[in-house]
Amino acid sequence: MITPTPTTSKDTAVQNETYLIRGARLSSGDTTDLILENGVIAELGIGLSRAGATTVEAEGLIALPGLVDLHTHLREPGFEHSETVLTGTRAAASGGYTTVFAMANTSPVADTAGVVEQELSLGEQAGYARVQPIGAVTVGLAGERLAELGAMAESRAKVRVFSDDGLCVSDPQLMRRALEYVKAFDGVIAQHAQDPKLTPGAQMNEGSVSAELGLTGWPAMAEESIIARDVLIAEHVGSRLHICHLSTAGSVEVIRWAKARGINVTAEVTPHHLLLTEELVRSYDARYKVNPPLRRAEDVLALREALADGTIDIVATDHAPHPAEAKECAWAEAANGMVGLESALSVVHESMVETGLIGWVDVERVMSRTPAQIGRISGQGLAIAVGNPAEITLYDPAARSDFAVEDLRGRSINSPYLGTSLPGRVEATFHRGYATVFGGELVPLERIQELVAAHA
Amino acid sequence: MSARIVLQQADISRALTRIAHEILESNRGAGDLVLLGIPTRGVYLAARLAALLEEFSGQEVPVGSLDITMYRDDLGRIPTRSPRPTSIPAGGIDGKTVILADDVLYSGRTIRAALDALGDIGRPRAVRLATLVDRGHRELPIRPDFVGKNLPSSKSERINVELVEIDGEDRVTIGETL
Amino acid sequence: MRHLLDTRTLSRADALNILDVAEDMADTQLREVKKLPTLRGKTVVNLFFEDSTRTRISFEAAAKRLSADVINFSAKGSSVSKGESLKDTAQTLAAIGADAVVIRHGASGAPHTLAASGWIDAGILNAGDGTHEHPTQALLDAFTMRRRIHGAGASRGRDLDGVHVVIVGDILHSRVARSNVWLLASLGAQVTLVAPPTLLPVGIEGWPATVSYDLDVVLAENPDVVMMLRIQGERMHDAFFPNSREYSRRWGLDDERLARLTGDSIVMHPGPMNRGLEISSGAADSPRSTVLEQVSSGVSVRMAALYLLLSGEREDQR
Repeated sequence: MITPTPTTSKDTAVQNETYLIRGARLSSGDTTDLILENGVIAELGIGLSRAGATTVEAEGLIALPGLVDLHTHLREPGFEHSETVLTGTRAAASGGYTTVFAMANTSPVADTAGVVEQELSLGEQAGYARVQPIGAVTVGLAGERLAELGAMAESRAKVRVFSDDGLCVSDPQLMRRALEYVKAFDGVIAQHAQDPKLTPGAQMNEGSVSAELGLTGWPAMAEESIIARDVLIAEHVGSRLHICHLSTAGSVEVIRWAKARGINVTAEVTPHHLLLTEELVRSYDARYKVNPPLRRAEDVLALREALADGTIDIVATDHAPHPAEAKECAWAEAANGMVGLESALSVVHESMVETGLIGWVDVERVMSRTPAQIGRISGQGLAIAVGNPAEITLYDPAARSDFAVEDLRGRSINSPYLGTSLPGRVEATFHRGYATVFGGELVPLERIQELVAAHA
Repeated sequence: MSARIVLQQADISRALTRIAHEILESNRGAGDLVLLGIPTRGVYLAARLAALLEEFSGQEVPVGSLDITMYRDDLGRIPTRSPRPTSIPAGGIDGKTVILADDVLYSGRTIRAALDALGDIGRPRAVRLATLVDRGHRELPIRPDFVGKNLPSSKSERINVELVEIDGEDRVTIGETL
Repeated sequence: MRHLLDTRTLSRADALNILDVAEDMADTQLREVKKLPTLRGKTVVNLFFEDSTRTRISFEAAAKRLSADVINFSAKGSSVSKGESLKDTAQTLAAIGADAVVIRHGASGAPHTLAASGWIDAGILNAGDGTHEHPTQALLDAFTMRRRIHGAGASRGRDLDGVHVVIVGDILHSRVARSNVWLLASLGAQVTLVAPPTLLPVGIEGWPATVSYDLDVVLAENPDVVMMLRIQGERMHDAFFPNSREYSRRWGLDDERLARLTGDSIVMHPGPMNRGLEISSGAADSPRSTVLEQVSSGVSVRMAALYLLLSGEREDQR
């Protein structure tokens, strides 16, 4: 528990928000005090003190570098009834994130410099987390012509990650050209690996459960064949390729093979693919409908192993908010996607740490450092060291509770974990040196707005 | 729960014999009689009465069963019941005198349902009611024509008819319900 | 019985109970007055998101013979197709006071969604959902088999132990096949599925049935029941098979194959039939055919299902 002394108040000079965090445990296992001042980690050590600082008693809490999500759907512009940049970053902060990469499937699509700069500005105004736009690979996500990748890269948003996520860049020649083109500015293509010709009307993983439920199958090979094709293209043209939301044991094998060959490919897995299986679909509860679909238990185990051994590089949420009506309907009519920002760290804790597969050093790597590196973003995912930006998450690993609607801080509640017991709790998140979450609660918008104004 | 025996085997046997004689007397013989038992125990009482009627009159009396499940007015208030078979003797019931046989006459609702069921099967000349026990508390204007034993009872009491065909012995007991 | 959603989770005892009650219902349908007062005052809504006149009139006849009030809600071409959700429709029916909803929907699982939603308190009866299940069809098929095999008067309480049933056709897209596989297996029948490999679902290995691609080999085993499924000619556009002529030659029940059937084996079809495609007229009209018996069995089985759904004290309302 955090006991703030003295409590933060509006009287505090906003420019000089200073925190003394006492007795936090680092991922290495060492215990330290931290002083956050002027937006950076000012001091580390035992027995620190600082007059006028807000003190945080962090005994038993783990201090991690602020989490970085390479795969978030913020829905703004265009789908503000599902999520906005503000509500999405509030969800992010409450999950311990300090940066989210915003996917391009907004309306209008983020396929021009104008849209990505708008997105960037919205994030800056919101103030709860950094928003790094992802640009579309093709105009309107239509898979026909390349979007203005260079213009987006040169824009104020400095886009380095490009993705048609939600849709696969299925034309192999177009994929080749995109991979080649982004080399000019060290970009990466994040591929949503799904052969559309093999997945018409697909509703769930193809296998014994789909056979029984009479739901159109989404075969594993429709993902694996695209990954296999794309790693070969990436090898041929010497480009950087990132595979979104790997979901099958076969995909793991392909990535393992590609990495052994020296191909410059990275891969992500979502928290839900680390914890949930297709058996949940038996309920026909559309909260479990997601793309790629929940797979077999064997796949879940293979994904966990691959994340532990480094074959899979990162965890990314694929946070996909949808309004209630998109889920309160028959399975086939429901939208794909789950919200995940608020629960990601707990789910990784449950599926990877509690199972003994990885430690907190690895959590730091797969949820903060490597995603920042893949996304080529500065000032994020850095180690907790003096002089580094004060992007910190304080996590209580001893807590455990049933995940509830109240734990969701975005606009949508399509979480598959409602009612599920999950470990851990984000006690505080610090972004640019100020708290976005404090005492387990989001810092009120008015306070954040003051801070944003002060920083502007 | 303690139960008190109110009719022994000999009492039941005597009662059925008397009812058989009363039926023959009121019907002036066994002509055009059809006996229909109401499941479960009424079916066995009907069979016993038919045998007695045949013995006393020398005439064969058609006997069958009439299930009333689908005609009950309390289907939403009790656990779901599976219907029992209805078997109507080959000659049918049109123009016949039907004697309905049941074990206990209580509210009268079962007999109301039986009359409705009969109406869907045919048009008897007359319908009479024979019951082994009449315990009172009628909720409908229905009365028995032939009664084995009048047993004034309180509503909290439970009358239990046991017959050798299914229960292994013949007796009627009365006890408090819990 | 709170709902009837599938045969996959229907216990053997419950299935036999439905079949036995259906026997009683069938008996009443021989009487001059076929109507029973049982469900007087109950409202049954036939909520059909897909056209199916045959199934709808069968449910309608069943409900009316039990004196229920029947409301036919053909959701196709109504406000539902103009964007009204299943939720709104369900809440509307709840407000009208529906006691049971018979639902036919193009999406697999829609009846489950309705039953689990809390939008409506009524009993839900699945009348066919997508490519998932069609439980009353399987029950009426089992009822028909039982009567043919054991005799109408001697069927009560009997199962289908050891009966060899062959189901031929588009298993992949068939809710009838799925419901039959689960029900027949729990009643003790031995099931063989025959289809082109393209029309068998991936993951079928776990089903309680054997699979064959060769109808002639399976017919040589002298099955007791040959059930032909309707094949949609359009399937050839998605390359499930080259054309209907080839399908018919390899997987159709033609006169020549019919002639090879032995003993009392029967030919079933859930209808509507594509004569000349999956079944020849000779087979459809032969004494082995139970096509019309299936239709009349349908009314009895649906009466039984409605009775068991709508009578009885509800545990959750006690």
